[in-house]
Amino acid sequence: MTRLFAWGALLTGIVFFLLPLYGMTEFSLRMRRGVYSLDAYRAVLVDPQFQATFGYSVVMALFTIAFGILLVVPTAYWVRLKMPELRPVVEFITLLPLVIPAIVIVFGYIRLYNTSSWLPLTGSAMGTNILLMFGYATLALPYMYRAVDTGLRTIDVGTLTEAAQSLGAGWGTILSRIILPNVLGAVLSGAFLTFAIVIGEFTMAALLNRPAFGPYMQILGANRAYEPSALAVIAFAITWACMGLIQLVTRFSKHERAKA
Amino acid sequence: MSFLTLTHLEKTFGQNRVVKDFTLDIEKGEFISLLGPSGCGKTTVLRMVAGFEQPTAGDITIDGKDVTGLAANSRNIGMMFQAYALFPNMTVADNVAFGLKVKGAPRAEREARVAEMLALIGLSDLGGRYPFQLSGGQQQRVALARALAPRPSVLLLDEPLSALDAKVRVSLRNQIRQIQQDLGITTIFVTHDQEEAMSISDRIVVMNGGVAEQVGAPFEIYNRPRTKFVANFVGTLNTFEVEVADPASGRVTLAGQSLTLPDAPLAARAGETLSVALRPEALRLGRQPDAESLLTAQVTDVHFMGSVIRLKADLAGAAVSLDTFNRPDTPPPVVGSAVEVSLSGRDFILLKA
Ligand SMILES: Nc1ncnc2c1ncn2[C@@H]1O[C@H](COP(=O)(O)OP(=O)(O)O)[C@@H](O)[C@H]1O
Ligand SMILES: [Mg+2]
Repeated sequence: MTRLFAWGALLTGIVFFLLPLYGMTEFSLRMRRGVYSLDAYRAVLVDPQFQATFGYSVVMALFTIAFGILLVVPTAYWVRLKMPELRPVVEFITLLPLVIPAIVIVFGYIRLYNTSSWLPLTGSAMGTNILLMFGYATLALPYMYRAVDTGLRTIDVGTLTEAAQSLGAGWGTILSRIILPNVLGAVLSGAFLTFAIVIGEFTMAALLNRPAFGPYMQILGANRAYEPSALAVIAFAITWACMGLIQLVTRFSKHERAKA
Repeated sequence: MSFLTLTHLEKTFGQNRVVKDFTLDIEKGEFISLLGPSGCGKTTVLRMVAGFEQPTAGDITIDGKDVTGLAANSRNIGMMFQAYALFPNMTVADNVAFGLKVKGAPRAEREARVAEMLALIGLSDLGGRYPFQLSGGQQQRVALARALAPRPSVLLLDEPLSALDAKVRVSLRNQIRQIQQDLGITTIFVTHDQEEAMSISDRIVVMNGGVAEQVGAPFEIYNRPRTKFVANFVGTLNTFEVEVADPASGRVTLAGQSLTLPDAPLAARAGETLSVALRPEALRLGRQPDAESLLTAQVTDVHFMGSVIRLKADLAGAAVSLDTFNRPDTPPPVVGSAVEVSLSGRDFILLKA
């Protein structure tokens, strides 16, 4: 009975996920009439627009990751160390981006930081980039926080902190030499998830009118036949590469094996 | 002035007064144990010395300097925890070097000191290992080396042996004591294990409910406990009710026999009963020429523990424990038999409530 159920679940999974993927991949290879070819991929990869938007999104992703780590690691650490009773509250706050649509967040940003506001971030390209990065960081917050908090659970935060303090270490040293290295695996999985989110994000980039990869995919999808499928496969591959890297990182960080 | 002084320390968590008027002077190089049941405030005292808790009132000085308001990371104190305190992301050598690195010691000096410390704890070969590759006992030795590497002025240990199994616990406690004496480092050791405290301490502070009930050398604490609590917590105790015969000379009677208690005159009138106690080894099997009195006891239980045999017996209406040494030519008494027991008034302990 359980077996039957398992097979059923697997079959459903295949029908829902793999079949469309197969169809899309197959379609993306049919640009040249009659034979399979990589023409669509070539067309996408040589497109300067692709290169520009993809590069832009990668840079944005890296900044978002850096900002996310600087925000989340000390926060999650501090909450665990000093305010454990506040953990449910903080956890709830970090989950809010999952229930508040991105469009609401971005309209809020535009309203708060428009050119006639006290902090006119949307007035310049750089300001808008920063705003977009904050938006991305918000979207990635639930994943990043959870990953880091789970990582912190595997170490005795209080004892390690006090051991380091008694050896003369200050907060900066404790965070950078002890806490961060011990949650590095978790931080990296959060980072790869953030990367995947930023690369595929459409709403915020489009509404803030920034040349990101998401809007490019949309424009391409509206105007071409085969290229969008190729692009989707590429985006999909990037996401999966990120997931693979998460696995790899956990496998290879030496001391983490002890916890497994 | 003593090297480490704790003066009228108080600590309150909310409504809960956890440490009450705690005063203690510790000499340089002394090994002090804080001994008491779980929850009596030992860890809290230690954490105030370390700087992890701020005293509600009172002062702490180290080497003449008031450190009461000083942050934990500028007190130069070595601390060893119960367990799980090694940095999991660092090798043994890096763990030991951490304090020196934080202080900015040059690489050559660090390496020399790490080698010296690893040799001290007998783990010179394991510098490249990670903590998870070590046994519990090895991890605690590394923790000790790490705490000592930056040459702290005081070493604090909070039940560092309680997570280890019995054999390792005994050998490691002796090693800790040996190293402490070699380095001459002032040490406070927290434990709830009275045998542990007695075997390695210069002085013991017996704590109860946040109060230091008695401070003294192990010999003194064991043989002259000042309160009922101390007497009961440290070692096994047989209690008797005796009738006061002559308070001025300390003479009392127990089961018709006359005994002379120490610490005369007694604070009781003739005819009153007093509660007194005897250690198991003060009840001696057989007729001893130097003993004051001889009683007969019924053996109810025999525990052969190797070098010591502990008997349970009914003596003068009380159930008592008595210890005797094993002798290869004399088998222990059997359960149900009657034995002669020698005892002397001078061995009795008078208990204050
Ligand atoms: N941070 C704290 N907040 C509230 N109560 C505490 C705190 N630390 C210790 N206590 C309380 O203080 C008492 C003494 O604790 P502790 O010093 O750890 O005892 P011990 O080490 O002797 O077992 C206990 O009742 C404990 O619950
Ligand atoms: Mg404790």
